[in-house]
Amino acid sequence: MLSRVANSIYWMGRYLERAENTARLVNVNSHLLLDLPRRVKLGWEPIVDILSNRELFHSFHEEVNEHNVVNFIIEDKENLGSIISSLSAARENARTIREIIPRESWEQINSIYLQASENKEAIYSRRQRYEYLKNIILSNQLITGLLAGTMTHDEGYKFLRIGRNVERADMTTRIIDVRSASLLPDLEHEQTAFENIQWMGVLKSLTGYQMYRREVRLRISRPDVLKFLLLQEKFPRSVSHTLNQVDECVATLPKSEHVHSSIGVVKKQLLQAKPESLKQDKLHEFIDEIQIGLSDIHNELSRVYF
Amino acid sequence: MSIRWNNYDVANFHDELVEKCDSPRQYAQDLCVYLQGLSDNEINEFKAAADSAIHVMGITFRVYNDEEGSIDRAWPFDIVPRLIDKKEWQQIEVGLKQRVKALNMFIDDLYNDQKIIEDGVFPADLLTKSKNFLPQCKGFSPPLGVWAHICGSDLVRDNQGTVYVLEDNLRVPSGVSYMLENRLVMKRVFPEMFEKYNILPVDDYPSELYDMLAQLSPRKGIEPEIVVLTPGIYNSAYFEHAYLAQQMGAELVQGDDLFVDENDVCFMRTIDGPARVDVIYRRIDDDFLDPEAFNPESTLGVPGLMRAWKAGNIGLANAPGSGVADDKVVYAYVPEIIKYYLGEEAILPNVPTYKCQDEEERNYVLENIDQMVVKPANESGGYGMLIGPHANKHDHDEFRDLIKADPRNYVAQPMLILSTAPTLVDTEVEPRHLDLRPFILSGETVSVTTGGLTRVALRKGSTVVNSSQGGGSKDTWIVDMEAQ
Repeated sequence: MLSRVANSIYWMGRYLERAENTARLVNVNSHLLLDLPRRVKLGWEPIVDILSNRELFHSFHEEVNEHNVVNFIIEDKENLGSIISSLSAARENARTIREIIPRESWEQINSIYLQASENKEAIYSRRQRYEYLKNIILSNQLITGLLAGTMTHDEGYKFLRIGRNVERADMTTRIIDVRSASLLPDLEHEQTAFENIQWMGVLKSLTGYQMYRREVRLRISRPDVLKFLLLQEKFPRSVSHTLNQVDECVATLPKSEHVHSSIGVVKKQLLQAKPESLKQDKLHEFIDEIQIGLSDIHNELSRVYF
Repeated sequence: MSIRWNNYDVANFHDELVEKCDSPRQYAQDLCVYLQGLSDNEINEFKAAADSAIHVMGITFRVYNDEEGSIDRAWPFDIVPRLIDKKEWQQIEVGLKQRVKALNMFIDDLYNDQKIIEDGVFPADLLTKSKNFLPQCKGFSPPLGVWAHICGSDLVRDNQGTVYVLEDNLRVPSGVSYMLENRLVMKRVFPEMFEKYNILPVDDYPSELYDMLAQLSPRKGIEPEIVVLTPGIYNSAYFEHAYLAQQMGAELVQGDDLFVDENDVCFMRTIDGPARVDVIYRRIDDDFLDPEAFNPESTLGVPGLMRAWKAGNIGLANAPGSGVADDKVVYAYVPEIIKYYLGEEAILPNVPTYKCQDEEERNYVLENIDQMVVKPANESGGYGMLIGPHANKHDHDEFRDLIKADPRNYVAQPMLILSTAPTLVDTEVEPRHLDLRPFILSGETVSVTTGGLTRVALRKGSTVVNSSQGGGSKDTWIVDMEAQ
């Protein structure tokens, strides 16, 4: 397999995953806001913090409000992390490897991008936004299914899964970091009911609520949620699971020792740190380390294969 | 209004489907009856279905314009097919094979003994001034003696019904993927018609191409590693490069993916390390192919490729230097070339062509420029030409000056009245001019696509069919009327 092709499939996987995760995050935030009392200033800042940075945001918009954030996060082409930018990058990558991926999956990637660009007015109405984002999420699931069901599970497919899972690990850690930071300090004692709702929000942004309830029947609590999202090996969006997936794929590739050991480093960090017992500032440091570890994995992949 | 053949005015044109008002040609009768039976709603529905198929399949080409930069455009497609009777097609096919065979012998001769010049059939100074003659290829003959493995020849029909060859594209002809895709779109849109007619299939092309390329492999007895070399996603024909690679199961590579080592062997960079490449179907122009041998600025090509090719370690299709026969001045000599190498008369006629190099012919062109089509020798895509009858006096004078300054670089042809075919305009049909580009593959044997790509000038009265200049395409059906 050509190195350039491996690189393109990897990034196609990452960008598609990024678009889907972003769509989930925005949808959950829209719902969450409806449940919170007005005086709780949760708003849209965390979304900007999770997905980008405030400096970039403020170079386009003054006020952090729903309209501006939605514009910035979903349709702004200047923001390379926006949904439209991600879909466009996924499509450009797919275009350079059209001959590698099954035709239907290219058609689907092309059409999700075209639909998302053509209907973007919908994102400013809450009702239509929900449908718009749901469509993106389902399209990506459809692409995932098409690829799983019709593409030869060869090295190219492995690079796709590696890209998807590296991106997913990155997104899960970002959500944990920002959400827990913005949640806890203000709300610690008086508003446990709302804290509960917000942890539910965290789980829901990762579509983990239902699975969490099946696993942990107790009342939602911070340590349990953290443990679930970081360490639960069977939940497909937990950091542990994604790392195992990457490791499993890498094992089938040539010359994989260095990548394997860079994955091992992060796995070890996860197991040793007992993240569920970390206080907020320590948690933040810990997540930082994990993020650095993830970027090392990416760098190793680039160095060896791309 | 839906389609009414008694409103369809063929004027003084030869129409491919309709002989005269309300009287379709015999092989087009079923189609015309079917189309007439469609309501406006159905027509719009079919058009929308075709558009959406094209949209979703991502059938695009890239155009460059100053405001938007490089953008992807869907390729305009007309749902009324162009029909050719199989009996007529077989004649054309024989003529094309003859032509390409002779052209390949001509190229091989030019780079080696130059007998045709020695024998006074082809003027030596035409060669010395040719931009596409590559001195780097002198004294070399590729395997099988074939240079132009893939040729796209443009055919037109005049108002007397005669089919002419308008030009031969021997460098990197494009369009074959649209021919294949158009058929898929038609099958999605008009499945009923495929039951009524015996339409010869076109989908064999990628296999034929693969087989031909495999014959060029220097390593016999093992499955060759064949790659398609593209300039990248910003090339106007990128869609086609990817499409053909996909259909052949070959790797699609860019210059950066390949390298030639010190033993003149070509490799591609893979996740397992370097892997040897046997055959390259290159879609990069000669000049950019190898910065060591040609344009040193090129970042699209592969340094050392010419070394590998001349050492016999890699097959290249088309061979570098094939373009020497793809020149509008050489074109004028093709009937003589066929006669010289094959001892046969050309089966397919050339459009009468005036060589501005020749003083007498040049004077004729300068005097009658308002009646002629003037073409530069080495341009393609319809760029840099003058269509006399459609141009104004200022343009005429400008071209007179251009011709006088560099007569070798220009040829002129009388303005042909191109044939037409019914083309949808809203929900009615109107005649629009068209041409046909079949593709000819030459390896151990020579084969021709079934039909080819029909390009149609969508603007009323226009004869410019190029996709970059307002052209569209139609599916081309070779129909077997005897098997009906």
